[in-house]
Amino acid sequence: MNIYVLVKRTFDTEEKIVLNGGVIQEDGAEFIINPYDEYAIEEAIQIRDAQGGEVTVVTIGGEDAEKQLRTALAMGADKAVLINAEEDVEDLDQFSVAYILAEYLKDKEADLIIAGNVAIDGGSGQVGPRVAELLDINYVTTITDLDIDGDTVKLVRDVEGDSEVIESSLPLLVTAQQGLNEPRYPSLPGIMKAKKKPLEELELDDLDIDEDDVEAKTETVEIFLPAQKEAGRVLQGELQDQVKELVQLLHSEAKVI
Amino acid sequence: MSKKVLVLSEVREGTLRNVSFEAIASAKTIADGGEVVGVLIGDAVETLSAELIQYGADRIVTVEHPHLKQYTSDGFSQAFVAVADAEKPDAIVFGHTALGKDLSPKIASKLQSGLISDVTAIEGEGDDALFIRPIYSGKAFEKVKVKDGLVFITIRPNNIAPLEKDESRSGEVSSISVDITNLRTVIKEVVRKTTDGVDLSEAKVVVSGGRGVKSAEGFAPLQELAKVLGGAVGASRGACDADYCDYSLQIGQTGKVVTPDLYIACGISGAIQHLAGMSNSKIIVAINKDPEANIFKVADYGIVGDLFEVVPMLIEEFKSVAVK
Repeated sequence: MNIYVLVKRTFDTEEKIVLNGGVIQEDGAEFIINPYDEYAIEEAIQIRDAQGGEVTVVTIGGEDAEKQLRTALAMGADKAVLINAEEDVEDLDQFSVAYILAEYLKDKEADLIIAGNVAIDGGSGQVGPRVAELLDINYVTTITDLDIDGDTVKLVRDVEGDSEVIESSLPLLVTAQQGLNEPRYPSLPGIMKAKKKPLEELELDDLDIDEDDVEAKTETVEIFLPAQKEAGRVLQGELQDQVKELVQLLHSEAKVI
Repeated sequence: MSKKVLVLSEVREGTLRNVSFEAIASAKTIADGGEVVGVLIGDAVETLSAELIQYGADRIVTVEHPHLKQYTSDGFSQAFVAVADAEKPDAIVFGHTALGKDLSPKIASKLQSGLISDVTAIEGEGDDALFIRPIYSGKAFEKVKVKDGLVFITIRPNNIAPLEKDESRSGEVSSISVDITNLRTVIKEVVRKTTDGVDLSEAKVVVSGGRGVKSAEGFAPLQELAKVLGGAVGASRGACDADYCDYSLQIGQTGKVVTPDLYIACGISGAIQHLAGMSNSKIIVAINKDPEANIFKVADYGIVGDLFEVVPMLIEEFKSVAVK
């Protein structure tokens, strides 16, 4: 089984967002593997361990993303690829990122590609399905279960709380939803081994991609923080009276019921 | 310049989802005096056309086929792309729902276009439209524009108000016949877990539980409160990690982001990762034993007390108000 996992380096979920001159300040922030991509890595490792094959993790990013790739290798992935587009293009949107990944993947004969269903920073959830479409393979998003038997793939897909039981076949791209598995922590021997595992760095030139091919279709013109919510009112008095007051307030002041 | 905008309407169990009307309102803003064309895809959906027109669509195009009874990305993309080829729109609007999230990137890729997902507000009209969307699960927002070519957006349910229903409106309804073939996904079964069909992302009221709920059984009063208010039940990561409930209920930076009119947080401390998923709700009520809990910092109204005492009282009070 030839498995590719698409990963992204993101801010830690516990980080606050601070703007500096209209730009999100990254200095001092903790970075992690996008949590949904961790499910993807874990699933890939489990499938390889059960059925044999190889797991390659791929990311697009700067040098900094090497740390997250090493973590994926320490979890048990076999190889890592860092596509460094920073030197060539300033702004990438989902169109650009999907194009680059598909150009990289098109001759790799992947049986299975796994990605997180969404990255917790940009939150668009586009890249997985876009890559599948560019490679002309099928995809299933937000999966919570995956079972491969030969070429037949049985999946469970989370659809707004309901579950769809789905049958498809390889090659396939899937995106991981929470609940798919319990991602492992890298072990100490894993971390030692990861240092020696291959990590390939590519630039757009290596993939024969022209800057014009990946020019973003959309552009962020401004980033802003939501209005600070002011702490409201903590009700006082007997509990029963507080409950009555609350229902009254929701009705007459907040007008939400 | 006025634009022609296609809106994919979403049908669930025979009725149109609210987000479809919100999408029409968004399309009107983008159209800037141009035409809004509703697209209905399914096995028997034509009868829903009139309602879409009453909510502001100018014209409806339907694609009906037995293979479109259930959503699959292959089936629906073949149908929608056929409509797009025939209509040559300047813009497309989908709901940012399970269906919209799954389908829109595939179609954007087929049409080689950009796609602005999860839009919560539109600033300006027509060519000048800027699309506002949350990033970092609502910890920040970005304003995005389309540089060139097709304007394609998905809108988050519950954020953009639909237009007023006008029963006097009428419009043309036409159909396109498409041969739906080569479906690579077969849906064997759909297991319904959602309570009473109120979807968490579209619910006007969300009653949410955290570690303070203490057990799976502890969610029972929350479910009852949600039922009384016609809302849905959600949970914090703490409650999901502790196995009190399914991960599909999780609200937060990992999990769902919700923006209901009313969010009632029960026994939730208010970790930053949870706040990211709910702090843009219109009104937040916090019920927690700990007066120092972080959740009170974002709550409009707070009650310091045991949720197992407060929630049953709330249920009774809401019931008695409803009776009056």
